[in-house]
Amino acid sequence: MTVMEQRGAYRPTPPPAWQPRTDPAPLLPDAEPFRVLGTEAAAQADPELLRRLYAQLVLGRRYNAQATALTKQGRLAVYPSSTGQEACEVAAALALEDRDWLFPSYRDTLAVVARGVDPVEALTLLRGDWHTGYDPYEHRVAPLCTPLATQLPHAVGLAHAARLKGDDVVALAMVGDGGTSEGDFHEALNFAAVWQAPVVFFVQNNGFAISVPLAKQTAAPSLAHKAVGYGMPGRLVDGNDAAAVHEVLSEAVRRAREGGGPTLVEAVTYRIEAHTNADDATRYRGDAEVETWREHDPILLLERELTARGLLDDDARQTARDAAETMAADLRARMNQDPVLDPADLFAHVYAEDTPQLREQRALLRAELDAEQEGGH
Amino acid sequence: MTTVALKPATMAQALTRAMRDAMAADPSVHVLGEDVGTLGGVFRVTDGLAKEFGEDRCTDTPLAEAGILGTAVGMAMYGLRPVVEMQFDAFAYPAFEQLISHVARMRNRTRGRMPLPITIRVPYGGGIGGVEHHSDSSEAYYIATPGLHVVTPATVPDAYGLLRAAIASDDPVVFLEPKRLYWSKDTWNPEEPQTVDPIGRAVVRRPGRSATLITYGPSVPVCLEAAEAARAEGWDLEVVDLRSLVPFDDETVAASVRRTGRAVVVHESGSFGGPGGEIAARVTERCFHHLEAPVLRVAGFDIPYPPPMLERHHLPGVDRILDAVARLQWEAGN
Repeated sequence: MTVMEQRGAYRPTPPPAWQPRTDPAPLLPDAEPFRVLGTEAAAQADPELLRRLYAQLVLGRRYNAQATALTKQGRLAVYPSSTGQEACEVAAALALEDRDWLFPSYRDTLAVVARGVDPVEALTLLRGDWHTGYDPYEHRVAPLCTPLATQLPHAVGLAHAARLKGDDVVALAMVGDGGTSEGDFHEALNFAAVWQAPVVFFVQNNGFAISVPLAKQTAAPSLAHKAVGYGMPGRLVDGNDAAAVHEVLSEAVRRAREGGGPTLVEAVTYRIEAHTNADDATRYRGDAEVETWREHDPILLLERELTARGLLDDDARQTARDAAETMAADLRARMNQDPVLDPADLFAHVYAEDTPQLREQRALLRAELDAEQEGGH
Repeated sequence: MTTVALKPATMAQALTRAMRDAMAADPSVHVLGEDVGTLGGVFRVTDGLAKEFGEDRCTDTPLAEAGILGTAVGMAMYGLRPVVEMQFDAFAYPAFEQLISHVARMRNRTRGRMPLPITIRVPYGGGIGGVEHHSDSSEAYYIATPGLHVVTPATVPDAYGLLRAAIASDDPVVFLEPKRLYWSKDTWNPEEPQTVDPIGRAVVRRPGRSATLITYGPSVPVCLEAAEAARAEGWDLEVVDLRSLVPFDDETVAASVRRTGRAVVVHESGSFGGPGGEIAARVTERCFHHLEAPVLRVAGFDIPYPPPMLERHHLPGVDRILDAVARLQWEAGN
């Protein structure tokens, strides 16, 4: 048979049917970050909620300032400040019910405190007397997580387990713009979407991963757009608009609780301070950029709204400031006390029971300490 | 009294049975991994579990090892007892950050408030003709990570007992399954009450007087074979099966070496930075005055795992073990 004859005999069959597995259009984020303050939507906002957010933002700003001051006094080893990001930190905590879980990253001590954790216990990691200072089960707050994005799959697993047990618990996991480049970000979002786990992924895009700007981090249209590839909705919100962040996160939490699955929320915000007290931000960004963001300050935005609506007078302002000063004074006083350290703790929680090898090492340390004490007398 | 006839069972079947019994006894036990559900795992070790307990209890996950272990951490935080399968030794490496930075230290980080009872099953080792990335002996990485227990069975009954103990443990356990022993058989009756020894006890697999072979997992049958062959040379070799690398049973190992006065550590893992160096040091520290010769190591070479057609030259075999035994300074000691 010639080639032409073969071709003549060829009957093309249609390829197996294909269709998109889900309609991508409803998953896409809005073209602009969602805003409430200074827009018509603000009139709908609950005055009580706005007042509560305001008090928490003022408290949060003071907390950041106090913690940064404690690094200068040598009372904290390091502090990654969330100054300028207080709206995100506070709204994350307030969007959750008591039974829900928060999975913070290392910059989120403020969210941890806003959730109800004792401020001193929240700072244990950064003081350096232990790693996690609080009981995660008391306020349902996972340990502050330093390795980037690695806490996201934990949130997925916990939310999945809760759903398997029939509990209507939601997990909210926090991560930064840099963290979205990590493999665990991808794996967590993929697992969550496949399992329809009740999780909210909350990205604070503060512009920088230490010194690296977002442009060197991703070529995506926005971080919220990444959601579409996983088959979950992406939401874009002004991260300095506390009312907007609270609304978007609450909506995502509600959706997750009702069985609607995970959401990726990107809050566009800005890290006003350097990465930590040990960082020098002048090496990678100019003052002009920082100033632009100072004018879009979360406290300022909320204050304007509250004042315009007659919801905030000088008394209320002073009350918020006084509460913040009381918190700061208490934190200062307690952090100025030396933590009580027990070297025996080193072996206390490695395993449920010491291995024979750890028993030997524990005895070795004990002998060293005894010798030290005898030498001291 | 009725006599139950013992039927031969494979190690793979004993492992399946251990998971099945654990799942039946405790609803918080969940199995997850790649292909563990519908297929029953590439080695069929989870065969039938999804059918019996449902896909929520034995779950086919997306293909992502960090995601598997990372979600298992979250499940354990919420009170479940996950048993995860890493499909092959070398496929577990993407999960190392979760393992090292979270699984191994969550109890410590939280002062004991958040223990993670996770069992991580890893088929490991060579000898099955696997192509690249399917035959690694990765135990050195695990035993160097504080906070993990690391165990490995060498017999069918131990496969059952150790896996039940691992799943029952409130600490994370890396459970290394010697994949070339999956199809090894033993007369084992799963209907009989099973012994579940605590993790951390070695066992003398073969008593002897001349020298001790200290080994574990896939090298145990090789050492037993070597011990039989050694009889022709006039050596009566003792074989100690460690079963648990962490915690390490110094007591059983040292007692054996004190009796025999000579020791060879045998494993597939490379010798430089491998478990044998630690074991030899521990034996020397404890038995120095009983030793007639330096503690020797017979291990895999310090090379990337070879292609299957060359692996027999890499794996410690009977001859290499006997050569090492011959070097134990017999003329000086006896």
